[in-house]
Amino acid sequence: MPRLTIDGKPIEVPAGTNIIEAARLLGIEVPHYCYHPGLSIAGQCRLCMVDLDNAPRPTIACNTQAADGMVVMTDTERVRETRRSIMEFHLINHPLDCPVCDQAGECWLQIYYMKHGLYDPRMVDDKVHKPKAVPLGPHVMLDAERCILCSRCVRFCDEITGTGELGIFHRGDHSEIGLFPGADLTNKYSGNVVDICPVGALTDRDFRFQVRVWYLDTARSICQGCARGCNIEVHTSRRRPHHAQGRRVARLKPRYHAEVNRWWICDEGRYGFAFVDDASRLTFPVRREGQAVHELLWDEAIPAVADALRRHQPDEIALLASPKMANEDLWAVRALAERLGTARVAFRVPPAAGGDQDDLLIRADKNPNTRGAELLGLDGDAAAIMADLRAGAIKCLWIFGHDVLHAAWPPAEAFEALTRAQTLIFSGTNASSVSALAHLVLPAAAWVEREGTVTNFEGRVQRFRRALDPLGAALPEHELIGRVLATLGAPVSATRAEHWFRALAAAVPAFAGMTYASIGDTGQMVSP
Amino acid sequence: MTEKILTRNFGRADSHTLAVYRETGGYKALDKAAAMQPAAIVEEVKKSNLRGLGGAGFPTGMKWSFIPRGHTGPVYLVVNADEGEPGTFKDRYLLERDPHALIEGMIITARAIRSALGFVYIRGEYVEPWRRFSTAVREAYEAGYLGRGFDIVVHRGAGAYICGEETGLISSLEGLKGWPKLKPPFPAIKGAFGAPTIVNNVETLAHVPHIVNRGAEWFASLGTKTQGGTRIYSVSGRVKRPGIYETSVGITLRQLIYDEAGGVAGNGRLKAVVPGGSSAALLSADEIDVTMDVDGLKNVDSMIGSAGVIVFDETVSIPDALVVVARFYAHESCGQCTPCRESTGWIYKMARRIAEGHGRKEDLDTILDVAKRGAGTTICAFYDGAVGPYISYIEKFRGEFEALIPRA
Repeated sequence: MPRLTIDGKPIEVPAGTNIIEAARLLGIEVPHYCYHPGLSIAGQCRLCMVDLDNAPRPTIACNTQAADGMVVMTDTERVRETRRSIMEFHLINHPLDCPVCDQAGECWLQIYYMKHGLYDPRMVDDKVHKPKAVPLGPHVMLDAERCILCSRCVRFCDEITGTGELGIFHRGDHSEIGLFPGADLTNKYSGNVVDICPVGALTDRDFRFQVRVWYLDTARSICQGCARGCNIEVHTSRRRPHHAQGRRVARLKPRYHAEVNRWWICDEGRYGFAFVDDASRLTFPVRREGQAVHELLWDEAIPAVADALRRHQPDEIALLASPKMANEDLWAVRALAERLGTARVAFRVPPAAGGDQDDLLIRADKNPNTRGAELLGLDGDAAAIMADLRAGAIKCLWIFGHDVLHAAWPPAEAFEALTRAQTLIFSGTNASSVSALAHLVLPAAAWVEREGTVTNFEGRVQRFRRALDPLGAALPEHELIGRVLATLGAPVSATRAEHWFRALAAAVPAFAGMTYASIGDTGQMVSP
Repeated sequence: MTEKILTRNFGRADSHTLAVYRETGGYKALDKAAAMQPAAIVEEVKKSNLRGLGGAGFPTGMKWSFIPRGHTGPVYLVVNADEGEPGTFKDRYLLERDPHALIEGMIITARAIRSALGFVYIRGEYVEPWRRFSTAVREAYEAGYLGRGFDIVVHRGAGAYICGEETGLISSLEGLKGWPKLKPPFPAIKGAFGAPTIVNNVETLAHVPHIVNRGAEWFASLGTKTQGGTRIYSVSGRVKRPGIYETSVGITLRQLIYDEAGGVAGNGRLKAVVPGGSSAALLSADEIDVTMDVDGLKNVDSMIGSAGVIVFDETVSIPDALVVVARFYAHESCGQCTPCRESTGWIYKMARRIAEGHGRKEDLDTILDVAKRGAGTTICAFYDGAVGPYISYIEKFRGEFEALIPRA
């Protein structure tokens, strides 16, 4: 473990640590563009220059490994002057179109110019012109004039996805990022190049021109797109609803987690939030009688659900929970099953098509909480429930979110089963062919509208936070189940997600001792 | 007059053939080298004071000794025949007129560094040199000099100056874009295809058989205290007899221009000289009493580089010359490092604007400041090479530039 000093402060770091990372550990920022901890060292931007006490001139920190006895100075006059020069070189051909650039507000040219540049511009000659607004693929737009040629995106496609779509073409100040002939940026992780682009060269086609980034709010969350549980940030636009036609979720961004997803997320997860602000959202409870549809208040809907459940014998009732539900919701489902006295509880509905999987992040299981549902004891036989419903043995079914008419089951049989139910209750976020058949429809809050935890395929329990208010009258499922339980006379003390989690942690050995505080921001593994 | 060594056969018919090379003592050094331990060959070359003749002037024997001791995997010998420095055309003559000298030098060098495979990276525009050299390689295989523990692959470049930079050359050889590589690791540790690699210039290796044959002391005695031997100077521009001249590295620039190349052409009056390829700082007419070795030119803040001498008579416009040079560096910058990529283009635009009569009075200082700020901040020496002319052309002939700038 080399010991060195940086700006006079001693530190010991693991062998192989470069000076940028060593300085970061001391809270010292060495400005840089091309360096990214997840990619190989390029050493091209030349911004991360620092002084070493024995070197005749500044050295790039990214390609210099910490060594025993090294004396590093990140803030000498010579280093400051070098940074100023490098900033000027980066900007002489830059279009300076910040007012119309999506990156403005989170652009490292802006940030570092204010911090390390602040020179008086001297460039009066014509700038080099390059292609603008070039779609590289379904998600990414290139403005080659804004590009500083740090090559992060090229290295990402070479080293992380191994797809190699991008290259740097031409030479000198005519160099530009581009696609190799015949290639499109269609790899499953293409959105990450926008995240790692330090400037406005690569922008997100879904996000661009929607909202200025300084109007965004941020909540820490977990992607619900598959069993990996990638750590993300949910960026929401609440203060300027007119900027994005009412769209509240502006974008999802990866959040670093050393063991789950490092710096990356897949495109499917990144762009899988459209349902949250979709017109198909369920926003109020509904009772359907024949063709007649009645909007209900919760004070009407909850007793209606309780009455319907009371009308049936325990073994006539089944609950079809979902691995898309949070642990807290699933524990509430289990409490409901116990209260009703039914053992007919399941969560596994086979998808119509098998999911893809790769060696990087993407899991075939497209549910965020299959492991949690297993651990919480909900793993019954869903196919048997559907068969018993069709046979008339089950008369009341509560479906949580599943679209059983678009699963791997024969749709005609599933349809017949649903139409034979005397009471069909559906709770979920969005209208579907199942909600259209349900006698009682209960609007559920989407994951970005509530707190909760999910357990990923490795057994890591992770928290997601509330980024938005629920749309309309929607409620988190644990809450609406809790209200039903209370109406049924059960002693329910849990009102918030955290209460439900406390209850399940007290009862289920895999979660023993876990609390929201102990899960923290990095998650916690279930007990084996 | 110095004995001609590298160019001794250049006047003979068919000097490029194996027959002529052998008749004149060729391939005799191989037997002697075969009897020497690799370390003894390295030691001999170190003692000879042979320095790299491609541009950087690094001591050749020392470079060879950087191959890690005890390394068991492949080691590659790469010959830099990408002669691209403006004003330099000596390697072309060697490849065309005495290709076997390079092959013999490579075989001996390969023994010294324990390499079984050599690559010769020939500048793409050098068609005839490539043909001649390829024929010579075929002859050497047929005669059994090659193919017995050492092979040569001939590779043609595609026309980029930066591929003459040793790590840019390696990238290009590997099939990548010709971008110089970060150092460390240096090529001798991790070079072509990840293996320890020695990159040497054509002329450097052509000297090796002679050093083995006649000894390090003999070679060292031909030159100066810090650099042994002769070298081939390419002399062009406004001289009466442009061409290549092999002399001791102890010759002065004045002797080279007036005694060898016949004196100044044009209007006959010397204005300035580029002493070592376009990247070398310009010398004014009163700075030519310097020895043409590595240290001689370092002492006047220029460099011998590739020994390409370009002579300007008084009719040459220095601002126009700077435009030509600046255009070259802007065109050839690989674009990898920001300072070089951006400022070569910027300086070219400013230099052109001044030459066209649209300069502003602050432009000259801006060019000087930009050049100095970028110097030493990049991966390779390309930009430092560009800075040499930017600064020296303006500082030594500032009045000529100022005369072109309109008064406000």
